[in-house]
This record gives sequence, structure tokens and C-alpha cells, in this order.
Amino acid sequence: MSTKIFKHIQTSAVPLPIENIDTDQIIPARFLKATTREGFGNNLFRDWRFDNDGNPKQDFILNNPTYSGKILVAGKNFGCGSSREHAAWALADYGFDAVVSSFFADIFKGNALNNGLLPVQVSDDFLKKLFDAIFADPNAVIEVNLVDQFIKIVATGEQENFEVNPYKKACMTNGYDDIDYILSKKELVEEFEGR
Amino acid sequence: MGQTLFDKIWDAHVVSSNEGFPDILYIDTHFIHEVTSPQAFDGLRARGLPVFRPKQTVATADHNVPTWNQHLPIKEELSRYQVDMLTKNCAEFGIELYGLGHPFQGIVHVIGPELGITRPGGTYVCGDSHTSTHGAFGAIAFGIGTSQVEQVMATQCLLQQRPKRMKIEVNGKLHKGVGAKDIILYIISQISAAGGTGYAVEYAGDTIRSLSMEGRMTICNMSIEMGARCGLIAPDETTIEYVKGREFAPKGEEWDKAVAYWKTLYSDEDAEFDSVLSFKAEDIEPMITYGTNPGMGIGVTQHVPQTSSFEQKEQGSYKKALDYMGLHDDEQLLGKPIDYVFIGSCTNSRIEDLRQVAEFVKGKHKADNVTVWVVPGSKQVQQQAIREGLDKIFDAAGFPLREPGCSACLGMNEDKIPAGKYCVSTSNRNFEGRQGPNSRTFLASPLTAAASAITGVVTDIRDFLSEEELVS
Repeated sequence: MSTKIFKHIQTSAVPLPIENIDTDQIIPARFLKATTREGFGNNLFRDWRFDNDGNPKQDFILNNPTYSGKILVAGKNFGCGSSREHAAWALADYGFDAVVSSFFADIFKGNALNNGLLPVQVSDDFLKKLFDAIFADPNAVIEVNLVDQFIKIVATGEQENFEVNPYKKACMTNGYDDIDYILSKKELVEEFEGR
Repeated sequence: MGQTLFDKIWDAHVVSSNEGFPDILYIDTHFIHEVTSPQAFDGLRARGLPVFRPKQTVATADHNVPTWNQHLPIKEELSRYQVDMLTKNCAEFGIELYGLGHPFQGIVHVIGPELGITRPGGTYVCGDSHTSTHGAFGAIAFGIGTSQVEQVMATQCLLQQRPKRMKIEVNGKLHKGVGAKDIILYIISQISAAGGTGYAVEYAGDTIRSLSMEGRMTICNMSIEMGARCGLIAPDETTIEYVKGREFAPKGEEWDKAVAYWKTLYSDEDAEFDSVLSFKAEDIEPMITYGTNPGMGIGVTQHVPQTSSFEQKEQGSYKKALDYMGLHDDEQLLGKPIDYVFIGSCTNSRIEDLRQVAEFVKGKHKADNVTVWVVPGSKQVQQQAIREGLDKIFDAAGFPLREPGCSACLGMNEDKIPAGKYCVSTSNRNFEGRQGPNSRTFLASPLTAAASAITGVVTDIRDFLSEEELVS
């Protein structure tokens, strides 16, 4: 089965300069009861985004029409906590194609890559430059290029390379799927079981 | 050069290793539950695939289940539907389900070990980050996302990059009133909620070695709270004794063969780790968290740090956490009134936890301002507690013993802490809203939680020990 293809994007970005954003904030457990992958975007950052009566909290960045775009830029250790893939589904369903941070939790990073949502790890310095650029101009265009592995603030030309596992890069740029890959090696699995 | 325990187990499970690709790692047992499996089963249907090795897949219902009147239908419609879906999917794909009402039902990370399914040298995964618990047996065990759940269902394998190796040693004698939960909260407070990211962590040293299997599970359980891929402890006589005779443990000749292999599972003396950290048991006090990630912990007598002690760029996040918790710089938690005490979760809901709490609360009664929930980790733990009469001790103390499930650990089922209320909890996460929208969590050991329930305020368990010498 093929998955979503990601090569490069140029878009404005949404800044969320908070550290240690855990997957319970991205999607609280009480919204994990769905049995399909769709619709989680409605509850993305639910308790930061809405009050107890379901009204949007005006001070939360996603409710501020000044900021929009397909990239979320967040503080370090993004996606820590639970293994719930629903966090990656919620971000992608809301409309994000990439998340930028100076540090990602392991399981979240893997889940994002499996869903066509690119985690882009940058240095602390570049993260600060990104926040500064976006707060100075909410329409600042950011380019994320997976093929050549760089992220760029288009207006100033400042850019930084980022790392990505070559296998996962091939999957994302071609829409390959892990299960198809392992199934192609099925005889090795059966041979292993016979050892 | 010698090998680490982690590498020995990993190498024994590599199906195929190709340059530029992650390894294909064979998974011995796949644990599944109702929350992270339905989309994976749908994926299999869409691909027209069966579960490749249904006999190596074990299912239970734990996250959504009520812990009171479990014999009645689940009230919440979506929870009921998710549990029903698991039953239906397991029947369709030929997977053994220890569902509600089954004598083996319980929290997935409690039942695997107690049934003898989790063993030294194995590989275990589950769509739940606390799968790291099973590493206590000297196994590789970690949490995965739903796409990977589907991958393991379809192939019994997982594509995985080998993590780096870290050794964390704890040596020395623990103070009275300090236990496994305090050790792990202390380590995380020292290295932060991201300090283990990218590593498989082996816990070693004589303090770790002196712990029971249940204590070791508490330690490995919270490996993920420092970001580690997994945590593990080399098997020894304590491990072998624990596994022996359990429901699905090997028997007869198979047992002897297994034990001979398990005895080869340790890190060689000249094995190299990418990082080695050492801590002294004497430095560890009963611990409590004050913030909104498990790295924000202090000794129970200490004060909340000053905002100014953090780097400028971290101060905003720190202030946000204190505001959420209703705390201020330099505040002391000791003596702070609390509203709830939760004793349970995959971290601290095993029989030893319940015995320790029962021994402490015998003849005492909870404070009027506190609601206490004691939630056993499994049906077997519950039955054992009743056989030992612990339920009567709990009842007399105002600590009703409930029925098994994840309960108030995660704010998903009926057991939630109300907005603004403080809960001293033996669970593993103090994230914003973790125990219910706007709930406030202080993570601590079962003894600290029990003592705080009795006094109604955050309490230093050692205040009781000095008079009564109550130590397990």
C-alpha cells in the first residue's frame, strides 16, 4: 500500500514555543476512542485550544487567525509521553505536513514518519531564528525540502540541513510502505523462525 | 570486545540487516489492547492479510474499562464500542483475548509478567509506551504506534534502528521509606524527561539488584518518562524464581534449557556503552513531582525551584507548568492539602504494592478531605489481595479496593480527577490533564501516597517510620 508522498513544501508556519509538548496535550486520551484514523484534527491540542464548554480560547495560537500554514514550529522534546499514533494523525488531519523542533521524542518521530508528517530536527539556534522570523512576520515563508534535506527561511535565505533516516526518506519521497518491505522478505522471517 | 545485554538480545532477533535500512527485528510476543489496535485490524482487512502469528499475540481490555461494577455493561458508549471491537477483531483473527470477566484480565503490562509470558531474552512490543516494563526480566520491550502494531500483526517483525546504549548504575543502601518508585523518579529528575531519548537503558548496580521483580518493573516502566526507547535489567536468581511455575512459563526440559540460556544474558565486563551514569542510593529521598512532566521531581522535603534558576528560554515553559499546578517559586509541597489519592497503574498496582500499602494503613483511616482509589493491576492481583484479606484492611481505612484496569492513570475511562483538584498518584505521568481535564498530579511512591491519604496533606513517609518502624 502506498502512503502519502512528501518532497518539499513552502508555506507560512505556526509558532508554539513551549517545551516538552507531550502527546496528551496533542490529543488527550478521552479522544482516543475512535476506531478509525480520521477526524482527530478537531481535537488537536484540545485543552489548550478550547475551554470546558468547547469555546475557542482566544489566547491559543491556533485560534489566532494571524498565524497559519502547514508547518508547526515547537519547543524542544516535542511529542514526549504516550505512544499514541493518534497524535500524528491529529496533526496531519488538522493540516500540518511538517513539525519543526530542536528535539523529538522517539516514538512520536517514528509515528510521524509513518504518516507522511515530517519531523524536522534543527539546532537550538535555528529554532530561535525560526521563532523570531515568524513572530516578526507571521506570513514569513519557510521551505522544508526533504529531497535535499534542508529547511530555509525564504526571505533571509538562512537555512540549515537536517538529518533523516535514508530508508524513511525513500519511503516518504516515494510513498513506500514498511509492511510491503517486510512482506518482500517473508521467506527470511520464516527461515528465522525455523532456526 | 564484549557485548551489552541489549546487543545480545537484539542480535538474537535480527531477521535481516541491510546497510542503509533499519534491521528487521523478530518479535516474540505482541501484546494488544482496545485503544491502539482497531485501526491496525482495519489495515489488515484493507490489505487482505491475516494476523501472521496469532498465537504470539495476546490481547486484553484495560484502558477503557470501569473499575467498579465491572460485571455491568460499560456505560460510556464509545468505550463500550472500542472494547466490543477488540472482542470482535480477536475472534475474527484468531487471537486469545483476556477480556472483561476473564480470570487473566488486567493491565497489559501487569498480566504479561504474571502469566509467565514475559521472559528473559525475549522481544515484546505493544501499542503502549509503558511496554518498557517488561524489560525488567532482561528483555527488549518497547511501545509502538498503531502503524507498527499493524506491521507486527502482518509480519511478527518490526523495522527498527538499533538505539544507542546507556548504563545507569545505582549503588548503595536505600534509606527507610525509599523504594523503587523513588529511585526512578530521582533518576528522571536528574537527567530530565528527555535525558534517555535515543537510548536503550540498562539499569545495574547493587541497589537495582537488591530489588524484587516488582520493584524492577516499576523502574523499567518509567524508562519512557526519560525518553528512553526501553529499559532492561539483567536476569538473575530473583528473575528466574519469579518466572518459575507461572501459567505459561516453560516446564520440564524446556525450563532447564531456558534457564541455561538466561544465565548467559548479562553485559560482558568489557562491553561498551555510549553513556554511563552513576547514582548513589544514599542521595535518594522519598520523591514527589511538582510540575507537568515526570522530570520535574524533588525530594519530598525540598522546595519547588525558582524560575530564575532556569535558562531564559526555558522560563516560559516552567512558569506555565507552575501556573497549571497552582504552585509558586520556592513553595514547599510538604503539608499541602490534597483531594485524591490514586494507588494503581502499570507502575504500581502489583501485589507487593498493595501489601505494602495495606501494612502501612492497617489500623489507620484516611483523612476526611481525601478520596482514595486502590486499583489492582489485574484480576489475579485482585483475587490474591482478597485471599490475603487486604481488601478488609483497605475497607476499614476508607481505601476501597476496586477492580482491575488503567483507571485514573490516563483520564480515559470513568475514573477521572476533577478539574483543579490535587491527586497524589502512584502512576507514571503528571502531564496537564493526564488524570482528567485540568486535574493536578503529584507523582509519588505507594507509601508516600498512602501516608498522604491518611494525613490529607503531602506527607513525608519517614515521619511515620520514626515512630512505628513500618518498613517492608
